[in-house]
Amino acid sequence: MYKTFLIKYAEIAIKGKNRYVFEDALVKNIKYALKDVDGNFEVRKESGRVYVETEGDYDYDETVAALQRVFGIVGICPVELHEDEGFDKLAEAVVEHINNVYKDKNFTFKINARRARKNYPMTSMEINAAVGEKVLEAFPETRVDVHNPEVLINVEIRPMINIYSEELKGPGGMPLGTAGKAMLLLSGGIDSPVAGYMIAKRGVVLEATYFHAPPYTSERAKQKVIDLAKKVARYSGRINLHIVNFTDIQLEIYEKCPHDELTIIMRRYMMKIAEHFAKEGKCLGLITGESIGQVASQTMQSLAVTNEVCELPVYRPLIAMDKNDIIDISNKIDTYETSILPYEDCCTIFVAKHPVTKPNLNYIKKSERKLEDTIDALMAAAIETTEHIVVDAE
Amino acid sequence: MEAYLDNSATTRCCKEATDKMVELLTMDYGNPSSLHMKGVVAEKYINEAKKKIAKTLKCQEKELVFTSGGTESNNLAIIGSAMANHRAGKHIITTKVEHASVSNPVKYLEENGFEITYLGVDKDGIISLEELENAIREDTILVSIMQVNNEIGAVMPVEEAGKIIKKVNPNTLFHIDAIQSYGKMEIYPKNLNCDLLSVSGHKIHGPKGSGFLYIKDKTKIKPIIYGGGQQKGMRSGTENVPAIAGLGEAATEIYTDLDSKVDAMYALKAHFIEEATKIDGVTVNGRIGRDSAPHIVSVSIEGVRAEVILHTLEDKNIYVSAGSACSSNKPAISATLKSIGLSNNLLDSTVRFSFCVDTTMQEVDYAIEVMQDVIPKLQKYTRR
Repeated sequence: MYKTFLIKYAEIAIKGKNRYVFEDALVKNIKYALKDVDGNFEVRKESGRVYVETEGDYDYDETVAALQRVFGIVGICPVELHEDEGFDKLAEAVVEHINNVYKDKNFTFKINARRARKNYPMTSMEINAAVGEKVLEAFPETRVDVHNPEVLINVEIRPMINIYSEELKGPGGMPLGTAGKAMLLLSGGIDSPVAGYMIAKRGVVLEATYFHAPPYTSERAKQKVIDLAKKVARYSGRINLHIVNFTDIQLEIYEKCPHDELTIIMRRYMMKIAEHFAKEGKCLGLITGESIGQVASQTMQSLAVTNEVCELPVYRPLIAMDKNDIIDISNKIDTYETSILPYEDCCTIFVAKHPVTKPNLNYIKKSERKLEDTIDALMAAAIETTEHIVVDAE
Repeated sequence: MEAYLDNSATTRCCKEATDKMVELLTMDYGNPSSLHMKGVVAEKYINEAKKKIAKTLKCQEKELVFTSGGTESNNLAIIGSAMANHRAGKHIITTKVEHASVSNPVKYLEENGFEITYLGVDKDGIISLEELENAIREDTILVSIMQVNNEIGAVMPVEEAGKIIKKVNPNTLFHIDAIQSYGKMEIYPKNLNCDLLSVSGHKIHGPKGSGFLYIKDKTKIKPIIYGGGQQKGMRSGTENVPAIAGLGEAATEIYTDLDSKVDAMYALKAHFIEEATKIDGVTVNGRIGRDSAPHIVSVSIEGVRAEVILHTLEDKNIYVSAGSACSSNKPAISATLKSIGLSNNLLDSTVRFSFCVDTTMQEVDYAIEVMQDVIPKLQKYTRR
């Protein structure tokens, strides 16, 4: 029934002279998102609006779902477009629109007319009143409520007459590619895919680093992380994923350092390696799924100690979120089911029963001195043997 | 070198079976229920397969129902006999070490008003016949016992069990899960006093999705799948003719010259156990001689988690099973290993090696060589 979608975006409109950069990115991303949807689509900018037009048959639900994954979109309005054939035809079209879209006509409504073409013979107020009257005539069970209408019917006089009354929620955020790139430390857990999603939502392109420890972690654990990256890529677009074999570093730490400091020291080296690939890929920051106090390595003291090794800023979008809220988002972006598959990851294999919760940076550095002779070579080897794969949305 | 030592999980399909299957998938692909020639030809293949299998069991052809595999055979045996006999009683006896395809249907019946007695096992994984005898009651409608345990290769005294069951209550049906024993020993249901016997095709070099249930003539049992009434109504659904024919070929093949095949497997097993137990911290669970299954060895490795040794061996192209699929998040401790009283620190350190007729001494030696190398290294990094 609908042939056109009006795409609403909020923050982009504020961006002043850069506005076209954001709009162009949005148009490009919408085109990309619709690439695999059945149907022919044209995406165009017109006087501060973005329209998606369809040609021939297309899958409405799939189209809406794809648009709902494009960051920067606030609302998606399925629009009817009509040639301007005078007011009577316009009013008829509105009546028919209501007839088609709303089975139960027992609602309050308001007509909201706007004229982009100021030479239209009626003013907006006149259109509101006249169309409203026609609607009341056609559907006596409807009532007008100009303050809190249940249905807001938009009538816009543009080159074409636009009629729309539904607005489907978009994901919000900023168009991808308008904010640079960052490196996500991706594990198999619930948090890190959500963290990646949230930063990508601000327009940031993602790369990701995963640490595995064969034979202590399995091939299935690795596949799980690739699957998670694929799910995140549905929103963030293509992800360069770096898979680091961390076994030897981990065993070295395990052998030489106090056991209760294992996790914290391990995380410091993970940050260093991730930062190496981040710089190589021209990323402007690191992203982690850390949240204050969630586990021993995420107390404020631990975070300070891990943070200390990084030169790039570390973005932690989940820092003040509760686990349940994180789980809600992971359900929304469909990563939860994959995240809870029970494969061991390298953070859990040698974990101490009672890891330090308030590490002291000086003590940690002292422990790390025991690795002095070997760690550089091990780090170089880990970087050298890292597997690089490109993950596309599925 | 590659060593596939996970033959209790599944086996490679033998050439005789695959050749036959290709022929039936591409040439003689008729539906046995069709009235025309194509159907008649297909039906002939089913009858041929039946004949071949009946010969291995010394049973009548009409006593065989083809299924989709071991799980369905066990479900049909247990749920089908419970449904047909619940008026005579609602008591069922089984063991604590059964495969999930027996223990879960039994649990389902338990949730639906049946009373279940679970027989314990000794340190070798074997039931007590005395306990069995005492458990049988007037309202016991079914006893279900596996012949060979899939995790440790324990061989249950099913022949004695059959005698006891029929002595105490001649109306009690006796089901044997023979999925790990068929093709490894001579099995004659008549001699075992058994009424129902489950077999899976892919454990004996037949195709996956094939299997059968032996149902002794005149046994009271109801189908669990309803439809077009194929196989005399006992198992509706168009017969999987290629799989059935493949299973027939595999059965004939495996029972040809069985004794020498079994001898060879026992030799592999003895050699493997002798060498493996020389490694520090390595022990073998259950019996190890000719009173155990020829193809299964359950190995516990102190200080190494099952998943870790599994992936380490995998890296060297050696494929085994974790005795107890387990992870730090979701402990799923094996009922069998727990029942034989394996100490807690070994429950998660147990792997299963399983051989087949194609397994060579070279493969076994290669596995031993790799184990000698990697186990001491892995033990160094025990979780403290």
